[in-house]
This record gives sequence, structure tokens and C-alpha cells, in this order.
Amino acid sequence: MTDILERARVKVLDDGEGLSYDELVEVLQLPTDQIPALLQLAHDVRMKHCGPEVEVEGIISLKTGGCPEDCHFCSQSGQFTSPVRSVWLDIPQLVKAAEETAATGATEFCIVAAVRGPDERLMSQVRDGIAAIRAAVDINVACSLGMLTQEQVDDLKAMGVHRYNHNLEAARSYFPSVVTTHSYEERWDTCEMVRESGMELCCGGLVGMGESLEQRAELASQLAELDPHEVPLNFLNPRPGTPFGDQPIMESDDALRTIAAFRLAMPRTVLRYAGGRELTLGDLGTRDGLLGGINAVIVGNYLTTLGRAADADLELLSELKMPIKELAKTL
Amino acid sequence: MTGTAAYCGHCGREIGSDPADARGDEHAACRRRLEMEPPRYCARCARRMKVQVTPTGWSAECVAHGVLSR
Repeated sequence: MTDILERARVKVLDDGEGLSYDELVEVLQLPTDQIPALLQLAHDVRMKHCGPEVEVEGIISLKTGGCPEDCHFCSQSGQFTSPVRSVWLDIPQLVKAAEETAATGATEFCIVAAVRGPDERLMSQVRDGIAAIRAAVDINVACSLGMLTQEQVDDLKAMGVHRYNHNLEAARSYFPSVVTTHSYEERWDTCEMVRESGMELCCGGLVGMGESLEQRAELASQLAELDPHEVPLNFLNPRPGTPFGDQPIMESDDALRTIAAFRLAMPRTVLRYAGGRELTLGDLGTRDGLLGGINAVIVGNYLTTLGRAADADLELLSELKMPIKELAKTL
Repeated sequence: MTGTAAYCGHCGREIGSDPADARGDEHAACRRRLEMEPPRYCARCARRMKVQVTPTGWSAECVAHGVLSR
């Protein structure tokens, strides 16, 4: 076993402390033949500090496309020549999606809108949507509506929003290469307001966007500093018409190293498989990640692309003897 | 895409418009992508469709040719 794995075993597994930036760089540089040992250590850390349960979530796009921001990975930006058209979901369809999500055993249903931040029309739609969902189905409601004001944070908390998602997306040093219409600091400020409100903070990012290994370690360190309840980890799915549309698909070994590194940076967080895993890791890699630090999944489809069939993921969790976290344990 | 499609649901280009069609593989990459994402263009008229993805399915609406869903 290499030195970094020995040190990580003591520091993270035994003492429950996350790895530093320099240590994460070492992890991300481990040779391919060390990946099985790395994944085993990350799995041991997850099992000791989080347990065997897996949190399952479904997501839905309430407002698709037409976003004024220029996040270079996103097909929903109105600034690119993406084929994605603007569309709004109505409340009966929103409730139906929540019911379908709950039927999979998911405990979390996240309402997402492609916006810089919510205006009054969107806040009103969210308010009505949450009330309708709560009247129809027993599931935690999360939201992802972009950057918030303090008043909006307070409103969402009063609506009963359980968790709010706002990703850092990239390391601070790489962020200007990914987004130019708003700053890393603006994202950070929204995250801090959410955390201080008492809502659970969900904050992660994407990898495979052309960043360096050091910038992947930097993102993990910055997320650890923010200390969110949940970290969704996305792998770039290059979308036609976007500035990152011609990026190569991330190598699966790099994706697995990244999963393990994020777990070793944040031993107690909910680390969720989010978009792009089907393309980057396939079926076998999905299994490897669940045995390498991941303890949450987005089930079914994503916002504009399709995911693995929910049944396939649920069967895999059953085979791996990883029980789905029950609703009562998420409150 | 269906057997009678005039346009590719992924890229919106006319089926058979490229020489590569003679080898039958012009839209092979598009077909692979359509296993992991809904069509964005109407196969009958190539209009961009309004697409809504849900956790368990999707629907795609062409203003001229109605709604596809799965």
C-alpha cells in the first residue's frame, strides 16, 4: 500500500478527519493498480462514518432552457445554440413526477429551474407546487433555483423546503473558465445563506470539464470548507452547442479516483452520484463507485437527459446489500 | 427515430442527405445518443420540439405534429 493510502487510513478512517488539498492531489495521482485499494479505503470510510444506507432522490426541471447565464457545460443556457427549448412544467405534472419519484423509494424530490435566481413568478409557482406535492405525497422537497436573496432563503424555508441545491460547479481557480456571467463568490454567498437558514445545503460540482487534477483537489477542498450536508458529483456529459460540447468524456479511472478523493475529503457527507455517470462509468463503473465512497444516487432521468432505469439502480443496491434510507431517517 | 423518419431526432438533419447514408451509418452516433436522451427535433419536419424530461419518462411536442412520449 502506498504512503498516501496509509496516511489516509489513519487520518480519515480512524480519526474521521478529511484529507488536505496536498493529500488529495496525491490521491488523484495514484497509479491505476492502486485504484482498487483506494476505492476499498473510501468504501470503508463511508461505511464507518455514514453507514450502509443509500439516499435516493429524483429531480425534475420546473423551468427548462432560456437561462441568461453562460455555464459552459449547460445545454439550458440561452446564450448557446443548444437544441433545448424553453418550457415550463405545470403543477399537476409536477405532482405526478413527485408521486413517481416516491414510488421508487426515493426520499428526496428536487425541483430545479434554469435561472440566474428566482423571480416572483417562479417563487409563486414553487410555493404552489410544494403545497400541492405535500398534499399528495410523503417526500422531502428540495429546490435548486439559482442564486438567492436572504428574503428568498427565508421564504423557501417557510415553504418547508428541506434542502437547497446550489453547486460551486468548479474550483475557484477554474470557475472563470466555466462561467463568466456570475462569480464564484456569488455562489458561495448563496450557499452560506442557505446553510445558516437551517435548510440542508446541497452543494457539489462537475468534473471532466478540462480542469487539472490539482483543480479537482481544489474543488474537493473548497467543498469540504463549505461543509454541505450533501455533495452531488457530476461528470461532464458534453452537450451539443455548448462551449464544452467537444470535450472528451472523462476516463473512468479518473472518475473513480475523483469519487474516492471526494469521500476522503468529506468522510461524513452525503456523496451523491449525479449526472453523467452512465456515460463516464457505465454499469460496471456505477457499481465500483457505490463500492468506492458514493452513498446517494439520483434515480431515473436527469433534467434534459436520461439516466439508468430506476429499477436497474434499485436492483444494484439490493444486490450490494445497501438499504435505501427511509424517509423518517432523513428528517 | 422511426423507419419513416425524414429527419434525425437528435441533430435535425435530413435522413439521406449525406453520402454516408449509402453506408447506412450517417446517424449511428445520433442513434446512440438517443438511447440516453430524448429527441430534440421532430422526425417529420425537423422543428425543434418542446421537451420535458421527468424522473421516469419524457415528452416532446412539435407544434405541427403533436406529442411524442415515452
